[in-house]
Amino acid sequence: MIAFLLAQTIAITGGTVYPVSGPKIDNATVLIRDGRIAAVGATVAVPAGATRIDASGKWVTPGLIDGAGQMGLREIGAVQNTNEATLRGNDVAAAFNVLEGINPASTLIPVNRVEGVTTTLAVPGGSLIFGQAALIDLDGATIEVMRVKSPAAMVADLSEGAKDAGGGSRAGVAQRLRRVFNDALEYSRRKNDYSRAQMQQLSASAADLEALLPVLRGQLPLITIANRRSDIETALRIGKEYKLKLILAGAAEGWMIPNDIAAAGVPVLVEPLDNIPTYDALGIRYENAALMTKGGVKVALMETATENTRDLRQEAGNAVATGMTWEQALRAVTLTPAEALGVADRYGSLEVGKVANVVVWSGDPFEFSTGVEHVFIRGREIPLRSRQTELLERYRTLPPKY
Amino acid sequence: MRQLSAVLGLIVLATACASGAAKTAPSTAPAPKPAAQDTGRAAAVATPYPSTYQRHPNPPVLIRNATIMTATGQEIQGGSILFRDGRIVAVGTTVQAPSDATVVDGTGKWVTPGVIDTHSHIGVYAAPGTFAESDGNEATSPVTAEVWAEHSFWPQDPQIPLAIAGGVTTIQALPGSANLIGGRSAVLKLIPARSVQDMKFPGARYGLKMACGENPKRVYGQRGGPSTRMGNMAGYRAAFIQAEAYRRKWDKWNKDHQGDPPDRSLRNESLAEVLRGNIYVQNHCYRADEMMQMLDLAHEFGFKIRSFHHAVEAYKIADVLAREGTAVSIWSDWWGFKEEAMDGIYENAALVQQAGGRVVIHSDDPGGIQRLNQEAAKAMYHGRRAGIPITRDQAVRWFTANPAWVLGVDSIVGTLEAGKMADVVLWSADPLSVYAQAVQVYNDGWLVYDRNDPAHQPKTDFMLGQP
Repeated sequence: MIAFLLAQTIAITGGTVYPVSGPKIDNATVLIRDGRIAAVGATVAVPAGATRIDASGKWVTPGLIDGAGQMGLREIGAVQNTNEATLRGNDVAAAFNVLEGINPASTLIPVNRVEGVTTTLAVPGGSLIFGQAALIDLDGATIEVMRVKSPAAMVADLSEGAKDAGGGSRAGVAQRLRRVFNDALEYSRRKNDYSRAQMQQLSASAADLEALLPVLRGQLPLITIANRRSDIETALRIGKEYKLKLILAGAAEGWMIPNDIAAAGVPVLVEPLDNIPTYDALGIRYENAALMTKGGVKVALMETATENTRDLRQEAGNAVATGMTWEQALRAVTLTPAEALGVADRYGSLEVGKVANVVVWSGDPFEFSTGVEHVFIRGREIPLRSRQTELLERYRTLPPKY
Repeated sequence: MRQLSAVLGLIVLATACASGAAKTAPSTAPAPKPAAQDTGRAAAVATPYPSTYQRHPNPPVLIRNATIMTATGQEIQGGSILFRDGRIVAVGTTVQAPSDATVVDGTGKWVTPGVIDTHSHIGVYAAPGTFAESDGNEATSPVTAEVWAEHSFWPQDPQIPLAIAGGVTTIQALPGSANLIGGRSAVLKLIPARSVQDMKFPGARYGLKMACGENPKRVYGQRGGPSTRMGNMAGYRAAFIQAEAYRRKWDKWNKDHQGDPPDRSLRNESLAEVLRGNIYVQNHCYRADEMMQMLDLAHEFGFKIRSFHHAVEAYKIADVLAREGTAVSIWSDWWGFKEEAMDGIYENAALVQQAGGRVVIHSDDPGGIQRLNQEAAKAMYHGRRAGIPITRDQAVRWFTANPAWVLGVDSIVGTLEAGKMADVVLWSADPLSVYAQAVQVYNDGWLVYDRNDPAHQPKTDFMLGQP
């Protein structure tokens, strides 16, 4: 029993530690006990019997958090049978929670976590209100184990992508969304009338309206996809009207109105390397994340290619190249998404009591020259193996060893 | 190619070959041998649609005190490079500036050859990406060797300046991958221009885009076929059997001029040029076993496949590819977006290099083309971590000299050597760092991009007056 407990104590020693919640600490120790961070600092005493990880010359950060993608919900993008993210036939799928669609055995999970991403948001697809996203750790045999928070957010679309659900017009999208919200509020006030069929027809099912109530009470964040400046403004307007806890996603033209976004206290999820103009956002540009950050917006970075969520590092590095500070970029892939998704009490930084999602890097996590040396998820050291490392070993010398 | 409406969850792999959706196509490679190309055509149509490319006049330029990665094995510290009239004059540590030269201080900066992408759909799948600009797949028949990518290419595509800002100086614009044989590619100097003719790389030969696997059978499965991989193979073979007969007829007539010339067939003209070795086959193909089939096809008809494209499983047959002399144009890390891409690994490039093959990092994507240096760095460092000793010079060659070879223009561009065309990129930092950005881009000596000077940041017509 004692041996078991001791085995749960891990001391990562000698590294340069970036807690994110505070300044970096040279030659510091991160002590992990029973899946939580027990101590961080330059003068931490390592208990006898603790497993020691020598991180001398290495960099130690929180595990990266990606507030995008469909990890576990989509094995192969082009193979429909392996896609679980979208509830077809319902534009207002508020009651749809993706959690039970997640496959903990997905090969994408090891491929991405061995590159330092430890937590991702599994996001539904859809047309107007997509449903509920779940935040998961990338380790565990069941969804109960992986689950960090579910629902972590409701997801809605105010971009070009939602137009069909709005009758072909952005104005129609906004009006439909308001009608659904109004109906949900009306439904919550008159549940008895509803059950006696004494209400006019509502614009969504009772289950979907019910599921919107936490959003309308400001308890559950509403991730709203909006890219064009005018769509961002619509999102902010609706957010204000209904007192929503809004998170903008995409926000491609957010750089034009950072002050408005910041004043609304709305965090944004941005993909820095997204800069190809479309009619949804002709003003899209590489510098968006940096310009919004400078304007006071809380910016979290994301990588939307689920199978390559690991490229979140590259997104962050490029955000630095285009104007974010390195510290801002690190925060934007750790603590800021944790704050936006309401889990900053447990995730996003190396602080005592937080969940021990920790990565030891050979150097700057954003640089290509840097390798991942150790990954801990909830204090468990993750073997640095995946289907891809197995392919490498099989074909490293030819002919292969079948 | 990420579509923003998909921000959170659905990445729409709209781009090219990658997606299931119908984009990739093989390219053609240019070679400075127009005479040879004429052999298959009547004299009257010897060189239709000629290049009207002209070098932009510029003062000589000396970049001094930079780290110069020549792509010929050298990394010169404190080096200088002088170019004049579109040609590199000297590269070294003791280059003197002529009195009329513009001198650029390269202190703390790096210089490489211009970036070359063997696989782009810029211009044929132009932004803003509506149906109106969707000109990359002539998806009306599985064999459309008669179409030429240049006839779709829109020089006002706003993706062009973005790629230039990423250091790109030459691209192969390809038809998509919906078809077994998608048509001819266009090898282009990536410069602001009014017409594609003004961009056509002088002397470059065409490529022919071919595609294996999922895309053709998906596109044609319900439309008369092919609906299987064996159907794909039968389709290529039928096309080349016709082309072989056509080539014989024309070669005979070109020799003896007896009677009326044979009837022309645009489709067979392209394929006959492949059989004569004048057009290079650029073959979209993911899986190792399918590449082996395509090599057999090439052997059957006596042509070479210049490069496989995407080739996520190239590492499984790296020895064969090296022996065949077929290059691979690949991503550093794309995988898993479709079933035939499931086995992509980071070490693909390094393993092919180690086996003696020729590696190209390509984009197939208007985003990726802006950072081919980063993708090469990713592939190099992952290879090194797996114990495969890739040099920095090799990694730079992956996006310069090697793609030049795939396009058949390696005697003209792709390295920094005296006499080569002055396609030169000045980087803010080590180009194999994530933090490096192209500061200046010279195409044939013309300063087409300067990060610090809005006067040298081209905008297409489309973007004028936009936010």
